[in-house]
Amino acid sequence: MPERLRHLLSIEPLTAAQINFVLDEAKPFQEFQRYPLKKLATLRGKSVALAFFEASTRTRISFATAAARLGADTLNLQAESSSLKKGESLLDTVRSLDAMKPDCIVMRHSSSGACEFVAKHLDIPVINAGDGSHEHPTQALLDALTLRDRLGTLEKLHVTILGDILHSRVARSNLHLLSKFGCCFTLCGPAMWLPREFETMGMPVRLTSRVDQALEGADAVIVLRVQEERLHEPALPLNEYILLYQLTPERLRRAKPGALVLHPGPMIRGLEIDPAVADGPQSCVLEQVTNGLAVRMALLFMLLGGGSESEPGKGSKHVAD
Amino acid sequence: MRIVEKSQLMSATEIDRTVQRLAHEIAEKSGGTKNLGLIGIRRRGVPLAQRIALAMRGMEGVEVPVGTLDITLYRDDLSKVAAQPVLHSSEIPFGVDDKDLILVDDVLYTGRTVRAAMNGLFDLGRPQRVRLCVLVDRGHRELPIEASFVGRRVQTSGTEIIEVRLNEIDHEDRVMLVELV
Repeated sequence: MPERLRHLLSIEPLTAAQINFVLDEAKPFQEFQRYPLKKLATLRGKSVALAFFEASTRTRISFATAAARLGADTLNLQAESSSLKKGESLLDTVRSLDAMKPDCIVMRHSSSGACEFVAKHLDIPVINAGDGSHEHPTQALLDALTLRDRLGTLEKLHVTILGDILHSRVARSNLHLLSKFGCCFTLCGPAMWLPREFETMGMPVRLTSRVDQALEGADAVIVLRVQEERLHEPALPLNEYILLYQLTPERLRRAKPGALVLHPGPMIRGLEIDPAVADGPQSCVLEQVTNGLAVRMALLFMLLGGGSESEPGKGSKHVAD
Repeated sequence: MRIVEKSQLMSATEIDRTVQRLAHEIAEKSGGTKNLGLIGIRRRGVPLAQRIALAMRGMEGVEVPVGTLDITLYRDDLSKVAAQPVLHSSEIPFGVDDKDLILVDDVLYTGRTVRAAMNGLFDLGRPQRVRLCVLVDRGHRELPIEASFVGRRVQTSGTEIIEVRLNEIDHEDRVMLVELV
C-alpha cells in the first residue's frame, strides 16, 4: 500500500501508486452516487471547514456534498463575508477557524502556495481546492478518474490542453498527474498563454498556437475556461479567440476517433467550446462533475477515516489478503 | 504474539457438505427460491454465497442471483485503527426492493459486521426480508443478532480465532481453530 496521505496540497509530489490508490478508493463512491439513499454515517461527528477565500460555486458545493454524504458536518467561510475584507491576515483567519476544532480544512485561495503555508501552521489535514495559478489537485484526480474509466488506462495517452495554460492551475495539476503515467502533451493557445516552464522541467510537452495541429492524434482534449478579463491583458479580441481556438466538431475530427472532451467548468458555450461538442457523445463534462463527488468523498474518507480490513478477533484477519 | 493452530474444525469435504446442507435449508425455509437473492459479505462471504447459489442450481435448477457487499464504510470501529482502509465496490446486480435476501458470511462473532451489512443493504432499498447464513457461529455476540442458517456452532474463548480458508481466496478449503499466544 502506498504511503498514507496527510494533506492534499498538490499533485506534483505524489507517486503514481498514491494516485492510483485514490482513484481506486473513489470507485465505490462512484457507485454510491447511484444509491437511492445517499447518506453514510462513516464520518459522523467529524467536521470539515470549507475556507474559500476565492469565489467558487461548483468546487465548494462538491466538497460540501461529499462531506454531507459521508455524514460529516461543514463549517463555511466565504470570501465575500469574511473578515479578510476587514483586514485580518490569512493566518489569523484560519487559526480562528481551526479553534472551532474542525477535523480538516478544504481551502481555496488566490495566492499560489497559500494552502501549503496554512498546512505548516495547523495540525489538521488541509485539502487544496485551488491555489492561485499553482494547482487544483482534486480537479486533476477527477479528470484522471474520468479518463481511466472511459479509456481503460492512463498510460501513455496523448492529451491536448486548449486555452489559457499560463494562468491555469487545472492545467498544471493535470500535467503533473498525467506525466507520471507516461502521457505526452500538446499545449495550445495564444502564444502569450503558453508557458515555457514545462519544457524546462523536462516534461514531454509540445507548444503550438495552431489548433488543428494540436488536436492531431489526441486521445483526450482538456478545454480550459477563457476568462474574458485575461483576454484584455495583451489585447486579443474575443471573436478572434473564438475563430482561432474554439473547439468545434470539425476541429475535433482531427483527434483520434472517440477522443474525449473534458472541461473543468464553468463552461462558456460558444466561447471556448462549440455547443455541439459540449453536448456531443465525446463530452465528459457531466461525468466529471459526478466523478468529482466520488474523488472528494474518497479523499475525505482517506484523510479523516482510519481503520483495518476486518472485524477484530473474528478470524481471517491475520491471513494475508 | 504468535498464532498457534489448535485444531481443524472442518475439512474440504465437510465444508462442501455443509454448503450443500445450507443450500437445502435455505430453499426449504423460503418456500422455494423464486424471490431469493444471496448477498456475500466481503471477503469470504462472497465465495460462500457463490457456492450456495451453485448448490441451488444443482438441486432446484434455478439461478439465484448473487451480490457482494463491502461493509468498510459502515463499520463502527473505523476511527480505532490507524491503517488506511481499502475500499471495494459492492456489486449487487439486482434490485433489493421486496427481495428475500440471505446475507452470507464465513464467521458470526460479535454481530457488528452483520449490523454494518444491514445498514449498507438498506441504503440500496427495502428488502422484503433479510436472513443471515454463516459457515461458523463462534458465539460472543455484542448485538441482538442471530443467524437463521448456521453451518457449525463452535464454543470459543476470547483469545481464539476461527480461521476460514477458502479455495477462491486462500487456495485451500479448511476451517481451523487457532489461538494468539
